[in-house]
Amino acid sequence: MASGTRTKLLVLGSLLLVSLLVPLLFPSPFHLRVAALVWINAVAALGLALLMGLAGQVSLGHAGFLGIGAYATALGPKHLGLDPLASMGLGLVAAGLLAFLVGRPILRLKGHYLAVATLGLGILVHLVLVSEVPITGGPDGIQVPRLELLGWRVAGPATWYGITGIVLLLAAWLALNLEDSSTGRALRALHDSEVAASVVGVDVARHKLVVFVIAAVYAALAGGLFALFNRFVTPDVAGFLRSIELVTMVVIGGMGSILGAVVGAALLTVLPQALTLFHEYEHAVLGLLIILFMVFLRQGIVPGIAGLLTRRRAA
Amino acid sequence: MAELVQLLFAGLTTGAVYALVALGFTLIFQASEVVNFAQGEFVMLGGMVTVFAFKAGLPLPLAAALAIAVAVTTGLLLHRLAIEPAKGATVVTLIIVTIGASILIRGLAQIVFDKQFHAFPAFTGDEPFRLLGAAILPQSLWVLGGAAAIVFGLWLFMERTLLGKAVRATAANRLAAELVGIDTRLVLALAFAVSAAIGAVGGILVTPITLTSYAVGTILALKGFAAAMLGGIGNPVGAVLGGLVLGLLEAFAAGWISSTYKDGVAFLVILLVLLAMPQGLLGRRAVERV
Repeated sequence: MASGTRTKLLVLGSLLLVSLLVPLLFPSPFHLRVAALVWINAVAALGLALLMGLAGQVSLGHAGFLGIGAYATALGPKHLGLDPLASMGLGLVAAGLLAFLVGRPILRLKGHYLAVATLGLGILVHLVLVSEVPITGGPDGIQVPRLELLGWRVAGPATWYGITGIVLLLAAWLALNLEDSSTGRALRALHDSEVAASVVGVDVARHKLVVFVIAAVYAALAGGLFALFNRFVTPDVAGFLRSIELVTMVVIGGMGSILGAVVGAALLTVLPQALTLFHEYEHAVLGLLIILFMVFLRQGIVPGIAGLLTRRRAA
Repeated sequence: MAELVQLLFAGLTTGAVYALVALGFTLIFQASEVVNFAQGEFVMLGGMVTVFAFKAGLPLPLAAALAIAVAVTTGLLLHRLAIEPAKGATVVTLIIVTIGASILIRGLAQIVFDKQFHAFPAFTGDEPFRLLGAAILPQSLWVLGGAAAIVFGLWLFMERTLLGKAVRATAANRLAAELVGIDTRLVLALAFAVSAAIGAVGGILVTPITLTSYAVGTILALKGFAAAMLGGIGNPVGAVLGGLVLGLLEAFAAGWISSTYKDGVAFLVILLVLLAMPQGLLGRRAVERV
């Protein structure tokens, strides 16, 4: 997935086009709210897509970082009297630092040990959020103060739709550049042959670590945005099911595809809203869909469609 | 002393269930390298089907047999409808398939059964007996004895029967096994069936003590997986040992440190093991030649 300037423009252009079209087609506050949620989830999925696509590693506890970002944003103002935005910044640093500390020894191992380690990490974060009731508010969740920027009270679905859309575009732009950077190239070389890459002097573990830290910070950013947007967080943001949802977004959209992560996020955010009509069957249908997608559209939606298009052009 | 024995038995009882789940993980992993996150749902089905069949008037042994049959059928369906069509997919894709399956099974259980907690009576009464000052439930002995019987039976099967040898051959080298005429597809189906049966029996044995509901599968799968990792994934002896160690650690952590963080012990241990002993307690250090 070498991303030349053309691909970059194509991805960013299509994201911009869609984000401009959505408010025209679905102007109701409810729809804008759902769309803002899609953009927020897409930021987290993007980071994970980099980790899975570039580094070939999977995190089964990525919601833990989401939870760190969200709760930092909620707890900073409450306990330390900090500005929500500064608290969110602290959350990003904390998530990145944690990823660095955990990832450094583990990414030196071969295989999917990162998946196991992150699985444990995610569950521990969730457990702390549920158990430390005096600090986190426990399972009932906690209020998040309204964001104010230089006296401007940030409110309303339309405003948040704009903010989250801009953040997503920036995140996608950074991700595309990362794919093109020396780290991106080193990691792509590693896909072809890890042995060959290390023989020519690529520090495999270090590059994987860079991507893991970035993926963690992306998730924390999404968590912080969600906290500010929703103005209420519960430990569910860090739950195991959330982690699985994030991985599923990436895989359904197309592993390693930037656009795919956004498509996957859109699908998995909108679908449950539609499925609430079937309330009782929500989980069964979600599980069934995951299996069907994995079995019949294994490479994911975006690479699948791209493959179809090239084949047609070749014919 | 009394407290020590009490915690020891509590730990071994939960540990036995983790060991059974870990054993199921190991069987399927050996035969296919698939990490089956739906493993906990077999335990849930074992407990829930027995509860509802028993409430419908079936005698307990018959209800238990029915539950095992349902779990085995589910395992075979999972293999036939989800794992086999996804053959050749990456490890991550297969993990997600099994997670999807576990969400599906749980979703269906929630519709077919209900969201309440249930139990059926213990096999031989609820009257605890005294051992060195500790109060032990007779059902704890059933769990320990049942788990030991399963481990022994599985060992006999693997070592003494032709089919068991076929399973081990497939685990050692799939291609070579196919070349000597072993039907590896059948072996994998068998692994799913046996894993499901083991999980279901675990669920049946422990339900009188811990109760069961449609949602107990997830955390059991995660802890069973942690136990399997702890013992070194792919190693049956390690799986049993990992399960028991995990159960004991949880019991002692709950008793002596904090019951709030009991559920975190498994995952903290996993993190520490990964950092210090990445191959697990009994795993062999893999050396790769280039």
